[in-house]
Amino acid sequence: MSENKKIRVATCSLAGCFGCHMSLLDIDEKLLTLLELIEFDRTPLTDIKHCSPCDVGLIEGGVCNAENVHVLKEFRKNCKVLVAVGSCAITGGIPAMRNNIGLWECFQEVYQFEGGLEGGQVPNDPELPLPFDKVHPIYEVVNVDYFLPGCPPPADAIWKFLTDLLAGREPKLEYEMLHYD
Amino acid sequence: MSNTITIDGQTIPFQEGQTIMDAALAAGVYIPHLCHNPEFTPHGSCKLCTVTVNGRNVASCTMPAVEGQQIANNTDELNAKRRALTQMLFVEGNHFCPFCEKSGNCNLQAVAYHLDMMSPHYNHFYPAREVDASHPDILLDRNRCILCELCVRASRDVDGKEVFGLSGRGIDCKLVVNSSSGDLVDTDLAATDKAASVCPTGAIIVKRHGFSVPIGQRIFDHKDISQVQLEAAQKERGHE
Amino acid sequence: MSQCDSPDLKQRLAPILQKHGRDPTKVLQILREIQDTAHCICGQSIDLIAEHLDLPRVRVAGVAGFYSFLAGGQACGEYRVLFSDNITDHMLGKAELMDYFSKKLWLEPGKVSEDGLVSVDSTSCTGMCDQGPAALVNGMPLTNLDENCLDLICELIRSRKPVSDWPPMLFEVQDNILRKDVLLGEAFEPGAALKATLARGPRETWAEVDKSNLRGRGGAGFKTASKWSFCHAAIAEEEGHVVCDIGDRAERIMVCNADEGEPGTFKDRVLLNSYADLVFEGMTVGARVVGARRGFLYLRGEYAYMLGKLEGVLQQRREKGLLGKNILGEQGFDFDIEIHLGAGAYICGEESALIESLEGKRGRPRNRPPFPVTHGYLGHPTVVDNVETFACAAKIALHGGEWFAAMGTGQSAGTKILSISGDCERRGIYEYPFGTTIRQILQDCGAEDPYAVQVSGPSGTTISWKEFDRMIAFEDLATAGAFMIFKRGRDLFQMARNFSHFFAHESCGFCTPCRVGTTLMQRIMDKIDGGHGTASDLEEMKNLGQLLKTMSHCGLGTSAANPVLDTLNKFPDVYEQKLKALAFEPAFDLDGALATARRITGRDDKEAHLGAES
Ligand SMILES: Cc1cc2nc3c(=O)[nH]c(=O)nc-3n(C[C@H](O)[C@H](O)[C@H](O)COP(=O)(O)O)c2cc1C
Ligand code: SF4
Ligand code: SF4
Ligand code: SF4
Ligand code: FES
Repeated sequence: MSENKKIRVATCSLAGCFGCHMSLLDIDEKLLTLLELIEFDRTPLTDIKHCSPCDVGLIEGGVCNAENVHVLKEFRKNCKVLVAVGSCAITGGIPAMRNNIGLWECFQEVYQFEGGLEGGQVPNDPELPLPFDKVHPIYEVVNVDYFLPGCPPPADAIWKFLTDLLAGREPKLEYEMLHYD
Repeated sequence: MSNTITIDGQTIPFQEGQTIMDAALAAGVYIPHLCHNPEFTPHGSCKLCTVTVNGRNVASCTMPAVEGQQIANNTDELNAKRRALTQMLFVEGNHFCPFCEKSGNCNLQAVAYHLDMMSPHYNHFYPAREVDASHPDILLDRNRCILCELCVRASRDVDGKEVFGLSGRGIDCKLVVNSSSGDLVDTDLAATDKAASVCPTGAIIVKRHGFSVPIGQRIFDHKDISQVQLEAAQKERGHE
Repeated sequence: MSQCDSPDLKQRLAPILQKHGRDPTKVLQILREIQDTAHCICGQSIDLIAEHLDLPRVRVAGVAGFYSFLAGGQACGEYRVLFSDNITDHMLGKAELMDYFSKKLWLEPGKVSEDGLVSVDSTSCTGMCDQGPAALVNGMPLTNLDENCLDLICELIRSRKPVSDWPPMLFEVQDNILRKDVLLGEAFEPGAALKATLARGPRETWAEVDKSNLRGRGGAGFKTASKWSFCHAAIAEEEGHVVCDIGDRAERIMVCNADEGEPGTFKDRVLLNSYADLVFEGMTVGARVVGARRGFLYLRGEYAYMLGKLEGVLQQRREKGLLGKNILGEQGFDFDIEIHLGAGAYICGEESALIESLEGKRGRPRNRPPFPVTHGYLGHPTVVDNVETFACAAKIALHGGEWFAAMGTGQSAGTKILSISGDCERRGIYEYPFGTTIRQILQDCGAEDPYAVQVSGPSGTTISWKEFDRMIAFEDLATAGAFMIFKRGRDLFQMARNFSHFFAHESCGFCTPCRVGTTLMQRIMDKIDGGHGTASDLEEMKNLGQLLKTMSHCGLGTSAANPVLDTLNKFPDVYEQKLKALAFEPAFDLDGALATARRITGRDDKEAHLGAES
């Protein structure tokens, strides 16, 4: 591998809030250093719609619907290393708090009781991704290589994790960088 | 020398009647634990404190210290198993730390940090568990209960009330309370009871105190649980 | 409709409460009887019991929720039919029969019919593997079930005929004793062993038991004389053991473990049915040796149908002066036996959980030390021994220790009673001297093309046809008595899966590794069964197995992974056939998890599905 070949990274947000992505941007000026080392494939930042073969895939968010599965499997197929980033990708997170509320109650809340939608219908548009009974962490759907916990993981943790990974070290977070909230 | 045991090669003294855990805490040796709290009779259910004594695994919080025991504690093998047990505790309940008032002050979470738990690993059960908000001062969220029975012991042995108990069996075990309605409000639990503050997780929470300590100043924000618990043991000994 | 909704609950429960007095150890017995009369245990009955016994309500509720026959707060039908779920029942068509029966009654298993008349469910092995498929109806055993029987049972239920008036042939239970040796072969004169004991003296009788090298028949194989000596301060001291610190005057308790919950085991059932005098006499001999005045027979709930008969034997023994005060005229030799019924909990066979249950609590194994021999029932030094151990002890008291030690092998004196079931012509009870080979046993019972044997039940060992020259003995294949045979062509994966369900169902839930680990194991086995297993699932099960083995609190957890680990090790092909070629499969059925949303939205388009290759 030539010295200046950049590491190709793809990212996406499934059932997440983009908070993890924000935290990634939060590494501030280090982002520039990072960009010397990596190039982005599909990410919400680049607007590339499909993932091509990559070195690293960073996934934010859990799996809550059929579309998430398609995206996740595409990432798994194309990324040598797949990383679950953030609480939602790792435990289902806040979206998984709906897991013991029936799907029907969830639909009603969203489409019928929500202000302005009184008496509304549950849409049956094939364009809309169909939700699962429960939200799952991504490792329950595909094999995951690394986990980077936090809600979101602190920018420093992301930096440490990625630089370890890029340097070929086993990523290791110091005590204060590892937290689940 | 008599009345000593050896933990990971370190010789430490013990007194008659002490468990391995007691002796270790007194000597400043940390053994991960969750269901154990030095203030209460040992219980032995979480199994995080398992150590290997002369080749056999035992729960150190219930096993009496006996002269000459050769004990393995801080080994990769045991820590990996302790991590697996911690992961089991996470997936059998519903632990959404970002949403939990106890986060940062929670022993389950802290022990998971200590053991480098990066994910819950096992498939989540997402069980349907009841939240009891009936009591004016105390919240019982069974989603976060790890069945350590500390509240059971505290209420029975310290408060003299027996507000809590376990029912069900196996994976269906659950915490129940001492009232016909099944609601906490109909028990005689008070916010000042030991049982209201002893929970190592966010399952029993005194209301209106959530999130009062800012992030960065919570118990485990900067200190590993081993340090916190050893310091507490040290302080306790100072008082004796 | 459940009878506990009736306003006169208090009056109806009064006789039960009165009968048991205000003894808090009677909680479980009271709950059992309420379950039998009211078909459920409602909140109000729990209130009443708590009030009557002056116990915190939460404790009574805890007990009610622990035992599967008590059904917690859930109602069950006036007729409650529980199909035995052992693998041997399955091999005889259990699933199909239960399905047939449920359909006939328009019932869903686990639910009560709308009129409250009947409920159907599965239950752990009922100990009738030699005459399965088996079931229990309101606690009474049904054996050799087939569609004709079930048709008849349906009619009886629909016509609301009380179970006590059903044709007795439905409840026939055979002993099926097919090989007898010293325990089962010779006639026993009640009192003979006691007379010998009195003639010889307690200390000398202990010496005979010691000489006999008798080891416990309940599984662990602990030397019986040692256990008895621990419980007896004076002997313990002489033998150099730790002396129990309550002193010599403390009350001592003799407990006979008749929980026989290990699937595939039914020899204690036969001993109690036809050799009860021998067993009770063994207990009385033990009582004489350790100085116990109280004894308990802990009888598993599944064997409640024998209660009346056993009470009768006890009564006869009292009348003959073999129980009660001044036994056989010996001043101060007082001993009596009480029967305590279990209520559907395998863990209560574990001696310390059994003691908790005897005390009327949830059956959860205690922390040890202290051991029951020094701190057992209500803190008293307590001996817990298996039914067969006591039968042996009686014979030893009669014939002497040398006689017994001369039989069997070096480390395993005497004979062992096996409960043989599964694929063979002659299922039943076989008594063999220790040291008999598996091959010999298979030949004797007419096993056709045997492929594997599960020795000592799910918590024991799976052996393959390559190991049939091994022998029954503590030094080789230790066994509590179960012997389940599987012929070539049987799916051993299904055996292991059945056992994984058993352990998950029976875990008491006290410790983390077993409470969670047995359920995780069961789920992976189900995933593989559903055709979604991968190589990584097998690795996961091996890791879980190690965790269970090394971190669990009691023998249930430490042995719960045995069937999976043994079959993975000895029959890897039964797993590999079922695995997907893929490296990874989702933990849940992706398409299935969209079904609710499809139903709600009415969608069935391509995007509303996730196929295998999506
Ligand atoms: C989960 C479990 C279940 C057990 N079930 C029984 C049982 O049903 N009958 C029995 O005699 N021993 C059973 N045992 C063994 C008892 O704990 C105890 O060792 C035995 O009753 C001692 O009697 P023995 O020395 O005569 O064998 C069980 C042990 C465990 C761990
Ligand atoms: S109880 Fe502890 S582990 Fe559970 S959600 Fe709260 S902080 Fe997290
Ligand atoms: S509520 Fe808290 S203290 Fe009580 S058993 Fe659950 S985790 Fe333990
Ligand atoms: S191993 Fe299983 S049965 Fe034994 S104490 Fe633990 S949970 Fe209960
Ligand atoms: S701390 Fe010892 S078992 Fe929980």
